[in-house]
Amino acid sequence: MNEINEKMKEELSDDMKILEDVTSSEYKWGFVTEIDSETAPKGLNEDVIRLISSKKNEPEWMTEWRLKAFRYWLKMEEPKWPNVTYPKIDFQDISYYSAPKQKPKLNSLDEVDPELLKTFEKLGIPLEEQKILSGVAVDAVFDSVSVATTFKETLKEKGIIFCSISEAIQEYPDLVKKYLGSVVPYTDNFYAALNSAVFSDGSFVYIPKGVRCPMELSTYFRINSQETGQFERTLIVADDNSYVSYLEGCTAPIRDNNQLHAAVVELVALENAEIKYSTVQNWYPGDKEGKGGIYNFVTKRGACKGKNSKISWTQVETGSAITWKYPSCILQGDNSVGEFYSVAVTNNFQQADTGTKMIHIGKNTRSTIISKGISAGRSNNSYRGLVRIGKNAIGARNFTQCDSMLMGDKCGAHTFPYIEVENDTAKVEHEATTSKVGEDQIFYLNQRGISTEDAVNMIVNGFCKEVFNELPMEFAVEAQKLLAISLEGSVG
Amino acid sequence: MLVIKNLKANVEGKEILKGINLEINAGEIHAIMGPNGSGKSTLANVLTGNENYEVTEGEVLFEGKNLLEMDPETRAREGMFLAFQYPIEIPGVSNATFLKTALNEIRKYKGQEEVTPKEFLSLIKEKANLLGMDEAMISRYVNVGFSGGEKKRNEILQMLMLEPKFVLLDETDSGLDIDALKIVANGVNIYKNPDTAFLVVTHYQRLLNYIVPDFVHVLYKGRIIKSGTKELALELEEKGYDWLIKEEEMENV
Repeated sequence: MNEINEKMKEELSDDMKILEDVTSSEYKWGFVTEIDSETAPKGLNEDVIRLISSKKNEPEWMTEWRLKAFRYWLKMEEPKWPNVTYPKIDFQDISYYSAPKQKPKLNSLDEVDPELLKTFEKLGIPLEEQKILSGVAVDAVFDSVSVATTFKETLKEKGIIFCSISEAIQEYPDLVKKYLGSVVPYTDNFYAALNSAVFSDGSFVYIPKGVRCPMELSTYFRINSQETGQFERTLIVADDNSYVSYLEGCTAPIRDNNQLHAAVVELVALENAEIKYSTVQNWYPGDKEGKGGIYNFVTKRGACKGKNSKISWTQVETGSAITWKYPSCILQGDNSVGEFYSVAVTNNFQQADTGTKMIHIGKNTRSTIISKGISAGRSNNSYRGLVRIGKNAIGARNFTQCDSMLMGDKCGAHTFPYIEVENDTAKVEHEATTSKVGEDQIFYLNQRGISTEDAVNMIVNGFCKEVFNELPMEFAVEAQKLLAISLEGSVG
Repeated sequence: MLVIKNLKANVEGKEILKGINLEINAGEIHAIMGPNGSGKSTLANVLTGNENYEVTEGEVLFEGKNLLEMDPETRAREGMFLAFQYPIEIPGVSNATFLKTALNEIRKYKGQEEVTPKEFLSLIKEKANLLGMDEAMISRYVNVGFSGGEKKRNEILQMLMLEPKFVLLDETDSGLDIDALKIVANGVNIYKNPDTAFLVVTHYQRLLNYIVPDFVHVLYKGRIIKSGTKELALELEEKGYDWLIKEEEMENV
């Protein structure tokens, strides 16, 4: 009973916060920081790539890798299979590099541009407070260049490396060389190739053997300069018997022009290692008419290379005009585990085609997929998932559950499950449901004194509970708030 | 407390209530009986503001206020409570979260302080114990996986928590075995006080052995065709509705 009480108390205080915070319906983080940016001219060619590479003082091997990716990209075509539509992107009309003007080296937050710090405050990320209170180390990415890194000292003691990928290229070239592109090679897909050629910055994490990372590692992304594509590159390596939980959260300012975002995230889990990767994605979704908004074409993949390793993806996707994203697991090591927990919300004219791939290679590999899609307005929400059981994956198991919830009658929910099994000892289960937010549920809550708006939030949060339970506490609260804001006014 | 004047209502364009007149005072228990399809549940839904029911004529005053102008949540906050015939499941939402939100909405409306988590917890435990409910159900999802009896008990728990002035029990006895029925009735009797009123909608007399009404009304084809005291219910139990219906039809001729 005590356990129940504790759990309930927590839940209650969360719920209070959430209900209090549901206020504004417009995208509340839509502001632009005035800050001098150093921006590359529009267009993409080998010179631009050399420029990016030299701006970042990269070694020759990195420049070559970028160029190889670029040459490969030139031969590729944009994928047409996702269930989304958008005007053709002119890749020569995009600027591929933008850096806030920056003092040469920053030793403390005092040296950070005050405008920049204000931006973080507006986003609710007071770095200083976070340093003291929450125990979260933040590697903040502002546009393309990392400007502040905290908690490095504590992490250093444990031998944990948490820095920008640019810094990692300089400081830990052997690790980067070994693992960059090892999970998502530049030949993988159109956007991964583009990212490999032009990636600006991102995070690098290395957890040494036997180390359990004592805090959640977190990066906040923010697109700032107009029409600047963002090409983040994240690489996380968990060595044998290590553990890390990584949080990624994003906000972006209101823009009329579509903004392209093509990130690549690679995770590597070695023997007995575990990586938990949580995302709350809140890119600008476009206005109520569907104008503007971020195009989010992301390649996220984790390799469970070692025996008994585990990778969990948890994502809450509320933003972007278009989301194209399939965080995946390659279950190579025997007994390795892959998990995917997802909430994808679309409203107005948003389009999402998201899901996962679970590739079972090793023996007794297990995977779980829980996907919750919520569509409102005139939006379109598709789940696309692949479960592949290879020839040698003896005893592999998968459980997939895809639930869709519709709000109103102008939106769409679609499920595209692909299952390929080459081993008859495998067990694959797939469950799917589609439901409407029930009038009878709303009336029931109304009859207990709860307004329709709050009733819808409550029903939707309940629908997503299994996924929210997987998020770290403070992230779960934020996710619930975002959900409420995203769906405001969609019923009643 | 509640005055219903010539209330007429449609469901999907069909007239179900054809002029209901009823006055209920604080401290009274009224029972509405009648054969299936007579409009009993419609009355409960109309009074609580279910959008699927369209009021075409008449007036309802709740403590002097025009009830029909209020949205469902305002009616609830004013103190009207419906124990549903078929309680609704809300997956992923715990009973505690749900009830605490509801309680605070009602408190805010009344200008009262919100309940603290600690107060709430001891309150809900106390009420659950009163109904012989397992405390574990406090953290279970609203009505999900509950048996018929548990659902009905959960409705009564909500009533005890929200402390309404006017309680509608819609076929609360349906699907209950005799033990569960006694527990539910006991909950109502514990709550009964001079400031509250009950309208018990039921098909069978059985429930009225445990929740003893001051007045019994027979609803037939959208009208109250007979009103009396608790003895009327016993008479109905014995003779069925036919004799009343025949009487009514004779009068109409």
